[in-house]
Amino acid sequence: MTSTRTAPRRQAAGHLFIAPFMIVFVAMLVVPLAYAGYLSLFREQLIGGTTFVGLDNYVRALTDERLLGGVLRVAEFFLLQVPLMLLLGLLFALALDSGMLWLSRFIRLGIFVPYAVPSVVAALMWGYLYGPEFGPIAQLAGTLGLPAPDLLGGDLMLGSLANIVTWEFAGYNMIILYAALRAVPAELYEAAAVDGAGAWRTAWSVKLPALRPALLMALIFSVIGSFQLFNEPQLMQRLAPSVIDSAYTPNLYAYSLAFTSQDLNYAAAVSFLLGLVIVAVSYTVQLALTRRRT
Amino acid sequence: MTTTVTTTVTTTVTAPAAPGRRRSPLLTLGMLAFLVYFLLPLFWLLVAATKTTGDLFSSFGLWFADDFALAGNIGDVFAAEDGVYGRWLLNTALYAVVSAGGAALLCALGGYGFAKFGFRGNRALFGLVLGAIMVPSTALAIPTYLIFAQVGLVNTPWAIILPSLVNPFGLYLMRVYAEDAVPDDILEAARIDGAGELRIFWQVVMRLLAPGFVTVLLFTLVATWNNYFLPLIMLSNPSLYPVTVGLANWAGQATVAGGSGDVIPLVVTGSLLSIIPLVVAFLLLQRYWQSGLAAGGVKQ
Repeated sequence: MTSTRTAPRRQAAGHLFIAPFMIVFVAMLVVPLAYAGYLSLFREQLIGGTTFVGLDNYVRALTDERLLGGVLRVAEFFLLQVPLMLLLGLLFALALDSGMLWLSRFIRLGIFVPYAVPSVVAALMWGYLYGPEFGPIAQLAGTLGLPAPDLLGGDLMLGSLANIVTWEFAGYNMIILYAALRAVPAELYEAAAVDGAGAWRTAWSVKLPALRPALLMALIFSVIGSFQLFNEPQLMQRLAPSVIDSAYTPNLYAYSLAFTSQDLNYAAAVSFLLGLVIVAVSYTVQLALTRRRT
Repeated sequence: MTTTVTTTVTTTVTAPAAPGRRRSPLLTLGMLAFLVYFLLPLFWLLVAATKTTGDLFSSFGLWFADDFALAGNIGDVFAAEDGVYGRWLLNTALYAVVSAGGAALLCALGGYGFAKFGFRGNRALFGLVLGAIMVPSTALAIPTYLIFAQVGLVNTPWAIILPSLVNPFGLYLMRVYAEDAVPDDILEAARIDGAGELRIFWQVVMRLLAPGFVTVLLFTLVATWNNYFLPLIMLSNPSLYPVTVGLANWAGQATVAGGSGDVIPLVVTGSLLSIIPLVVAFLLLQRYWQSGLAAGGVKQ
């Protein structure tokens, strides 16, 4: 660790090293965030121009059924998709780390590859796979004489989207967790072996606790990803316009408010509120998980 | 993410996990079944890119048709709309490489500064950056667009590059990494030899930070390469599009009622071509990003 008292020249050098990052950080993150907060306090009217309306936009947002519907939908998506994805990532990481696999390098890279596929391409590809025209799922059902499942219909759409996101990110989470497992000190395993712990017992008592920080990080990134869901539903919208409307997720709603309805002030309030929801959920998740440790 | 950083980083990831354990055919088979799930869609994409429009609709999706049209499809992709697809690929590469290089450099400088210099305000500023990890990038896109519109940056490459330079998580990772990978006595020795701080950074520190640097570089590269929301908002000129927005546009043309099915092979083949560079980058650099993640990214 660095000593607490540092010479003035070293102080200056420290400031110089962080200056480039901090300047871009302020310009590209703090300023837009503050600007969104500022914009959200105004309203543009046909008569009278732009006027200060205080928290009116937020009152409107909190009673806006389209926005609340979107927030509930992404919350449902989060509860449906994230546990499944993290569980898969965890299972894969434990399997790779157990040393009991043949072809483990090939398997690890193969499962990770979808992460390198842009979500736009993933959504387009799965859209074709789900589709009734030349999708292999419908083709197989047809060959077997079964009715094809309507994967782009209202009942299954959320599940279909969850499948795309799981496909994209399960391998990424696997890599994060696997990397954390590889960093577990060998002494811990030796101690467990001395105590006579088997493979399952070691996984449960040594590996899982060691994974807690990495799991927490994966979970928080998943909160952020789920609640700002945009790319996948936006691309699926064209295939199923009657299922995915312009307020299907809060982000789709903010986008359509800003660029279709030109209601920038309200869009800023919605974006800001969505950011608050994400911070609140992330914080709750973090509290819930860190409290259990003590 | 305010837990204190208490780590002893092992920079090697080769410690044997379970020595002497026997391999299991059952577990391997189970994992291979999952592997099929992850690779089958990509296999479908590869097969679909070799088909003519007619075969795409009439032949079975998961196997090749008699007519092998891959070369023709690739030719069509690059010829469509006066070669705009090649333009999109170049744009994507430009945006991604400049953003990732810039972001990784800012993170390396800043992470080293936060880790090794006890200046005033260190903890407060770092806490501010940590808190920003949770700010969703899409919540920033609309206000950033409005600011850029006022200063004339909308519809220029800068509209994509500048916002992508900020990576709070990258800074966090580089700080944790620098704390352990850069020994204080090396720095002291260099200072006693009379080397300036910047020279120490370029000649000594950057070498030690290389795996962390490559990790941040690659993950920013992926984020920018795959970015869709920001360029969708910022760019209206098709010759500035990255490949994601371009492909989404083509896919939109294909689904418009009365639209020609001939666009579909362009979308499919264009999609296949667009994922090759990143997959190759990940495979070639895997040693770096895997050790970078192990050493810094997962500790809190």
